[in-house]
Amino acid sequence: MSSVAQKSGFGATLWDWLTTVDHKKIGILYLLGGLFFFVLGGIEAMIIRLQLITPNNDLVSAGLFNDLITMHGTTMIFLAAMPMLFGFMNAIMPLQIGARDVAFPFINSLGFWMFAFGGLFLNISWLFGEVPDAGWTSYASLSLHSPGHGIDFYAIGLQIAGGGTLMAGINFLVTIINMRAPGMTYMRMPLFTWTTFVASAMILFAFPPLTIGLFFLTFDRMFGGNFFDHTMGGNTIIWEHIFWIFGHPEVYILILPAFGIFSEVFSVFARKRLFGYTAMVFATVLIGFLGFMVWAHHMFTVGLGPTANAIFAVATMAIAVPTGVKIFNWLLTIWGGSIKVTTPMLYALGFIPSFVMGGVTGVMQGAAPLDYQLHDSYFIVAHFHYVIVGGVVLAIFAGLHYWWPKMFGTMLNELLGKITFVFFFVGFHLTFLIQHWLGFWGMPRRVWTFMDGQGWNLANFVSTIGALSMAIGFTVMVINIIMTTIKNERVGNDPWGDGRTLEWAIPSPPPFYNFPATPLVRGLDTLWIEKMEGSKEMITPAEPITDIHMPHGSIIPMLMTLGLFIAGFGAMFHQETSWGLGVLIFGLAFTFVTMAIRSLKDDLGYYVTKEQILQDQENIKRGRN
Amino acid sequence: MDLNTKFTPETWPAHPERATLEAKNKFVGFWLFLGGETILFATLFATYMALKNKGPSGFGFTTQELYTLPLVFVMTMLLLTSSLTSVYAMYHLKSFNFKKMQLWLGITALLGLGFLMLEVYEFSHYVQLGFTFSNSAFSSAFYTLVGTHGFHVAVGLVWITLLIFRNSKRGLNLYNATKYYTFSLYWHFIDVVWVFIFTVVYLMGVIG
Repeated sequence: MSSVAQKSGFGATLWDWLTTVDHKKIGILYLLGGLFFFVLGGIEAMIIRLQLITPNNDLVSAGLFNDLITMHGTTMIFLAAMPMLFGFMNAIMPLQIGARDVAFPFINSLGFWMFAFGGLFLNISWLFGEVPDAGWTSYASLSLHSPGHGIDFYAIGLQIAGGGTLMAGINFLVTIINMRAPGMTYMRMPLFTWTTFVASAMILFAFPPLTIGLFFLTFDRMFGGNFFDHTMGGNTIIWEHIFWIFGHPEVYILILPAFGIFSEVFSVFARKRLFGYTAMVFATVLIGFLGFMVWAHHMFTVGLGPTANAIFAVATMAIAVPTGVKIFNWLLTIWGGSIKVTTPMLYALGFIPSFVMGGVTGVMQGAAPLDYQLHDSYFIVAHFHYVIVGGVVLAIFAGLHYWWPKMFGTMLNELLGKITFVFFFVGFHLTFLIQHWLGFWGMPRRVWTFMDGQGWNLANFVSTIGALSMAIGFTVMVINIIMTTIKNERVGNDPWGDGRTLEWAIPSPPPFYNFPATPLVRGLDTLWIEKMEGSKEMITPAEPITDIHMPHGSIIPMLMTLGLFIAGFGAMFHQETSWGLGVLIFGLAFTFVTMAIRSLKDDLGYYVTKEQILQDQENIKRGRN
Repeated sequence: MDLNTKFTPETWPAHPERATLEAKNKFVGFWLFLGGETILFATLFATYMALKNKGPSGFGFTTQELYTLPLVFVMTMLLLTSSLTSVYAMYHLKSFNFKKMQLWLGITALLGLGFLMLEVYEFSHYVQLGFTFSNSAFSSAFYTLVGTHGFHVAVGLVWITLLIFRNSKRGLNLYNATKYYTFSLYWHFIDVVWVFIFTVVYLMGVIG
């Protein structure tokens, strides 16, 4: 759709968002979808903490508690953290490398809809009253025996969402390999682009095992398979291996883009080039590689034997080295910089000590003998919340404030942003710091309630108060978003004033074709180079303005996913109903037909003419149209 | 280069499958996709090897009794030959000889169909013996590994059939050259996976 002839009205707008293949709009969809599920997962977390505020509490039943912890973990990892990071990758990464779109706009849209329908499928389980209840890891020895359809929702919902993630990963990889602007060599790419690249490569190799694991689980539960049932010769440990071969890289898939966001924030708000850029890049790649070598540290107590445990213990400790390199590089980036403590910078400064604590407790668990003591205790809960909340969530909030003007063209309120940070950051440490001790004092994780007189009362109470503080912080952020959207004060290209990378050289939000002429990149921190040379246009074009080739929007991605969504219900009910098999076949056939339509119908895209671009640029210069 | 450009064998580029940016994207993207597929099959192979010959107490099937190499040998020959014919097709793609390319792809599809029919026969034979999907962990792992490969063959057959008929009237251009080329990549990949299945499942099953 050309910005010159835009239709208006609610129907047209809705259709535009349903069919969009524009990476910036898909980025916004990912972000809003992720925020929605973040709220859901947050509500689940609050109920968990309220249940544990006093001993022998019966706010929720034991069964519902299992539902809540399972859905909290699954939602936060797959449906909140990943999509929000994908939102930034989509909206920002192509701008950082000077591209007009991602490599596969159609598949980009398909990836989003698969995430959306997968998440929906998973959460519809609440309406059925049969919710996944075997933990986010869903170990087969538990999940095979879970009554009702809860685990079926887990297996099929994640299958659909996971397929979308895989597509997004391939898409980002090809975008970065093929679509960098002239002069944008690999070693000139901004760190966020680099971390997107490595995280996408990890997705490519980590998600296929999850796909297979979920198929095994689906077969075992719904189609008479025997992969995990030991009475039929199966082996329940296979699930654990497959899950963690996926699951451990997954946590690095989450944390690497977070590292990327913080690298951008530190360098912009310290007004310095990122210290040790080359070392940062190689540390990122090394973490990506080692991330695949450590999965069995989740399984030290399974009994794989001392040799296996020793190897995985050493590999686990080794991964702390490149991470340490990163921490020191960030510290040295700040050192001697002219620091502006903006909201994103606050999150970045809070991130360093928080994440170091999470990292150190991680190395502690890497020591296999100690892990026998810590396994399945609250110490583990404290550890992974320190890395996921202290790393990933702080990064997402930092990214939200940092890139909000670029994505929406208006700045989030700084004062409210800082209030959010204080409540959230204090609440976070209040909630999870004490849980380390709870673990040492012997409180197991995933328990519905606990008895009085074990010395756990105060600690649990403190933890719940901390969670309330986090909820208040998040609520302030939502208020901030709403107020900012209503006020809608437009900002220019570079609202932070110190942008260093290409996304800050173009209007906020960027025109749908991003760059009127592909930029020429002359070094690391392209925009900073232009600024230092006093360039007026902020971009050195690599080519004259010509007609731009753009892809058509399409409703097919949504329909394709709808077929899978329908097929999911068929698979789930085919054993007990007569219509199940028919629905399964119909859904799959529907998807295949939409695929065939996509394949047979030529989609050559369209051209935006040079005159339209020049006209549009003129409008932008005269104030927003 | 414009997608509507008309070509002659002289003007046809040396690498038509990656002559435009869109084509280059598909080319690289498909290679990466095959990387992911490799991991997918690796997981299936690992599971199969862990569950080989495992069943409930009193389980009667072993790989030695079940598999018959002559049938599998014929299947292997069909699939390997189809890979060769797809290479001929790609040779004609590069030399801009559309008719011959279509012909060789048609032969590729027929050979693939022959392979698939033999696989269906093999599976139905095992089921008649009582070796069903739900029979044991071994059977689940076997049917999932070999069946996933068979499913890939079936998808490839539908894909190439659609391509052959869709483009039969309009000949080669830079838009569909990539589609043909990625199909041939896919077909080779399926072939390589089969070589591993032949070795790990059948040969090691009968001899090992």
